Amino acid sequence: MNKYQVNKKGYYGPFGGAYIPEMLYPNVEELQGKYLEIIQEESFQQEFNELLHDYVGRPSPLYLAKRLSQRYGVNIYLKREDLNHTGAHKINNTVGQILLAERLGKKRIIAETGAGQHGVATATVCALKGLECVVYMGEVDIARQAPNVARMKMMGAKVVAAQSGSRTLKDATNEALRDWINNPVDTHYIIGSVVGPHPYPDMVAKFQSIISQETKRQLLEKTQNDSPDYVLACVGGGSNAAGMFYHFLDQEDVKLIAVEAAGHGVESGESAATTALGKEGVLHGSRSLLMQTADGQVIEPYSISAGLDYPGIGPQHAWLFKSGRGTYVSITDDEAMQAGLRLTQLEGIIPAIESSHALAYLEKMSFRGGETVVVCLSGRGDKDLDNYTKYFGL
Amino acid sequence: MQKENIINTGTDKRLLSIYYTAGYPTLDSTLDIAEQLERSGVDFLEIGVPYSDPVADGPVIQRSSQTALENGMTVQTLFDQLQELSTRVTIPVFLMGYFNPVLQFGVENFCKSCREVGVTGVIIPDLPLYEYEELYQETFMKYGISNVFLVTPQTSDERIRKIDNLSNSFIYLLSSNATTGKNLHVNNQAELYFERLKSMKLKSPLVIGFGISDAKTFQKATDYATGAIIGTAFVNILGQQNYQDKIEGFINNIIFPAP
Repeated sequence: MNKYQVNKKGYYGPFGGAYIPEMLYPNVEELQGKYLEIIQEESFQQEFNELLHDYVGRPSPLYLAKRLSQRYGVNIYLKREDLNHTGAHKINNTVGQILLAERLGKKRIIAETGAGQHGVATATVCALKGLECVVYMGEVDIARQAPNVARMKMMGAKVVAAQSGSRTLKDATNEALRDWINNPVDTHYIIGSVVGPHPYPDMVAKFQSIISQETKRQLLEKTQNDSPDYVLACVGGGSNAAGMFYHFLDQEDVKLIAVEAAGHGVESGESAATTALGKEGVLHGSRSLLMQTADGQVIEPYSISAGLDYPGIGPQHAWLFKSGRGTYVSITDDEAMQAGLRLTQLEGIIPAIESSHALAYLEKMSFRGGETVVVCLSGRGDKDLDNYTKYFGL
Repeated sequence: MQKENIINTGTDKRLLSIYYTAGYPTLDSTLDIAEQLERSGVDFLEIGVPYSDPVADGPVIQRSSQTALENGMTVQTLFDQLQELSTRVTIPVFLMGYFNPVLQFGVENFCKSCREVGVTGVIIPDLPLYEYEELYQETFMKYGISNVFLVTPQTSDERIRKIDNLSNSFIYLLSSNATTGKNLHVNNQAELYFERLKSMKLKSPLVIGFGISDAKTFQKATDYATGAIIGTAFVNILGQQNYQDKIEGFINNIIFPAP
């Protein structure tokens, strides 16, 4: 497993590391020193698996989407992360991290959120465990994601508006990091994606790896073969893709396809296609690919999907891209919206617009026929109904 | 006039350093402010290289960075302005900024440019010890550029020793674990921390920063350390009308406090 996994120093090839100010060092060092040991403990594993089963509702189904499959002449399996409690894959990670925070003796939880899915998943596990929860969310996002803000508040979380910079996800992450600097002892920061300083990218990927672990078992049951031809997932920071790819990384015959958001088009100036537009850089504690100006200032990305609207990408993804293990492509707003509607009408499943990006790439693939394709349906579209109805004038 | 390249620790003077953001309040104000600070009696300077995502900074320095970027400040523009540094300023100058703009400029190119214009050293909060040692120490040394490390109340003695060994100008002692712009409260805990550092008898001088804003906090901090750095309180002055007329008074109030 070593080639595509993190090394002891926290790097994936040239990417990763822990580019953090000294103020965060004790917290991050504590995590680096303890996370593997804690998550391997039997009592941790038992509680984690129990919660995933009884609270989150795992295993999530692997569903053979017959009408969608007919369209392409292949067998398309949807990994139904949309059926998880709170409606997306995000909760796999927050359940893991809250158990870790408890074992580290932390009393206070902070998180960043863009569209609010990770914020809701964090507020949920904090309510479950009775821990104080503060969620940073860009002022702009608070205005456009009111239902998720209400959910967080109902669960007892304090939602703090990030008013700096462009007042979206990147700035919410900055504010969460500032909070952590100012509260170095009692607080755990639950990062929602495979970004941040080591060990976050690896830790979050490990908690999300349940997605591919189940997929392999379910494929074996359904097809007598646990190796699909293709695995697709959308990528913002990249947590659902990291989990969806995890147990396939070493099977080089399984093609891994990561779908970024092209927004209005890769060259339009309004895009979030990090591998196409980014250069090596450092943001939020890790070295990876980053959308930035020639002067090294971070560029504000754009996508219709708030969950893919991030200027960077997890360091493991940067490495999978650079090493050629993964294929990184992008899908525009329009292509994604059409794919969302298509799945709804063919299968009766309304996907999150993030997941629609992965589905949209099926249109661009050339199949010989009969291949097995797994698509991670990372979230449900309830939160996007406004967007869908406005877009299609329904 | 000779440009000093090390901070002068040879006297009993309490050293005062001032931080301000390059390109703020106007693109061309950088060197004029430096000259005025030197004339007012400041011992060394930290000029901030603005960045879009300054996670260690509070709202005041964040806003100054944003304005500086809107004014058009870049790393290259700053080095262009600093071409006149050695002819206009004699006190040591450090550049303080985040790692990504340095990385894009090229670490070697950055160190080389620092040397060419007479910058003594750099403070890059998000370039940690391990990455510095593994990847960049050689380059910094090649151009004789000091890298200044931060120490916080949570930094272990072992790590402080290591930082001391890698330092060749001063150690930047954070008054507390906080972002910039909070007030210093010297309570028992802070005193114990400053005493602990003092008693370690490190080879590098200690300079306390974060939370120093006036004569009182400056005196407190320099009871324990060679010097202290004022940032946010000074950047606030720069945000005012006719700030040029207020710089000397601000500095005087710190160096020569009213009894």
